[in-house]
Amino acid sequence: MPIRLHDARLKRQTILDTLFRNLTRLAALGVLALLAAILGSLIIGSMPAIHAFGFGFLVNPEWDPVNDQFGALIPIIGTLITSVIALSIAIPVSFGIALFLTELSPRVLRRPLGVAIELLAGIPSIIYGMWGLFVFAPLFGDHVEPWLNQHIGTLPYVGPFFSGPPMGIGILTASIILAIMVIPFIASVMRDVFDVVPTLLKESAYGLGSTTWEVMWSIVLPYTKVGVAGGIMLGLGRALGETMAVTFVIGNAHELTKSLLNPGNSISSALANEFTEAFGELYTASLIELGLILFFITFVVLSLARYMLYKLGQREGKAA
Amino acid sequence: MNVENISDSRVSVKNLNFFYGKYRALKDINLEIADKKVTAFIGPSGCGKSTLLRTFNRMYQLYPNQTATGAIMLDGDNVLDKNQDLNKLRAKVGMVFQKPTPFPMSIYDNIAFGVKLYQNLSKNDMDERVEWALKKAALWNEVKDKLKQSGMGLSGGQQQRLCIARAIAVKPEVLLLDEPTSALDPISTAHIEKLIDELKEDFTIVIVTHNMQQAARVSDYTAYMYLGDLIEFGDTSTVFTNPKRQETEDYITGRFG
Repeated sequence: MPIRLHDARLKRQTILDTLFRNLTRLAALGVLALLAAILGSLIIGSMPAIHAFGFGFLVNPEWDPVNDQFGALIPIIGTLITSVIALSIAIPVSFGIALFLTELSPRVLRRPLGVAIELLAGIPSIIYGMWGLFVFAPLFGDHVEPWLNQHIGTLPYVGPFFSGPPMGIGILTASIILAIMVIPFIASVMRDVFDVVPTLLKESAYGLGSTTWEVMWSIVLPYTKVGVAGGIMLGLGRALGETMAVTFVIGNAHELTKSLLNPGNSISSALANEFTEAFGELYTASLIELGLILFFITFVVLSLARYMLYKLGQREGKAA
Repeated sequence: MNVENISDSRVSVKNLNFFYGKYRALKDINLEIADKKVTAFIGPSGCGKSTLLRTFNRMYQLYPNQTATGAIMLDGDNVLDKNQDLNKLRAKVGMVFQKPTPFPMSIYDNIAFGVKLYQNLSKNDMDERVEWALKKAALWNEVKDKLKQSGMGLSGGQQQRLCIARAIAVKPEVLLLDEPTSALDPISTAHIEKLIDELKEDFTIVIVTHNMQQAARVSDYTAYMYLGDLIEFGDTSTVFTNPKRQETEDYITGRFG
């Protein structure tokens, strides 16, 4: 009977569908399990350090493996400062790149430039690190840092940040290398979201007599802010966690100084440098706790960004 | 072309040709747009009616390889002149598009946006201007309590009236409407058509529409275009009831197009 055949087929499809649904669910839940597992093992691994130092770990600038005294203040500050400086350089430059590519660039340049940016994003970070150490840092130390010393280092308030030995490697160098590394990410996301802004929307702004800048700044940027923020978060995530390139040029010194020209340290470069030579339970546990802190910082920053976007949306009455 | 019946002309189009690259999209167009009247451009898709409209504020200039030759005279200046200040031109010639395009900002800021480009008004003056524009666009009563809310939260018809308010807030002389109701439902369309009738007291209006009934309802003059040529131009009533050219009659009676 044809009807029976139909029934069997339906049944088989129902089973397959259930199977498929459960498989995808398993994959999705796997992400959560993985996250929990990483978090759990970080917490367990850092227990000895947490017991030994408590919350003092976060604000203690001491990092003394010989006497088993560990504090995370310097790497935390290093990570935050390098990321903030990197983003404050990368965001405007990326905006300029994306603006040029979507609105101003002649058509023939558009594709090669776009491809070049994507290629830059694909370069392994160790290459940026090597280039930073062998090419950029010497040039920077010989030509830019002395100038910074002389001209900005003598000013009140900002001076102390730019005085100090012009040796090329240090916090500022690491920040600039980081900026170069995150620009391709932010720029290509910005370009993609600018590209999907409806032509009519831009034309209506031009039709009122706006300049290209006014259209980009007042219309396109607000229209795409969620995507732009996403691109910036992508860059920030990379900047916070970037290891190799930073390790090469940051100097890896556990010193707390005001000067951005001095060597410093970041969480990820401390981990990369010291894990192989960490002896003793407390040293290893302290490094793992550094990892936990990095995890936490990234989580908090990304959550704050989401919250900010949510608030922004609410204020504009989109939620209403 | 019977243009002699337009005594009070606001815009004169003279020997206008338009090119997309090498393709000639408008062919020797000559046309007078009457002051404080509604002029409609009708014709089948691809006839050049939108292209013609977009030469009035030089919108085509945003795109490479689009060129216009001839002259479009407005207040004694040739719009197509290379030295024409585009921002000044667009303050005089406002435009509303096929789809509502509210800016991603509050209703108030949507209206104030264009005004701020040209004038430095005090808070009070700006409030007055926003209210004036929204009243002119018959939107004030619906939005007066939520000026701070996003313009994107309005209905389609309201959004389009917001766009009209935004365009007239700058106090242009000419208002270009490019199929302003094509994305709207019949009730919103009726709203907009009524509005067009009121707005012509203050503005010279040019409307592109693919809806012939709409052209018949709202316009004083009608231009029928086909494949880049201006086939017939005259009083709307004449064009619709007693067209001079066979092509026009075929189109408006629905035998073609």
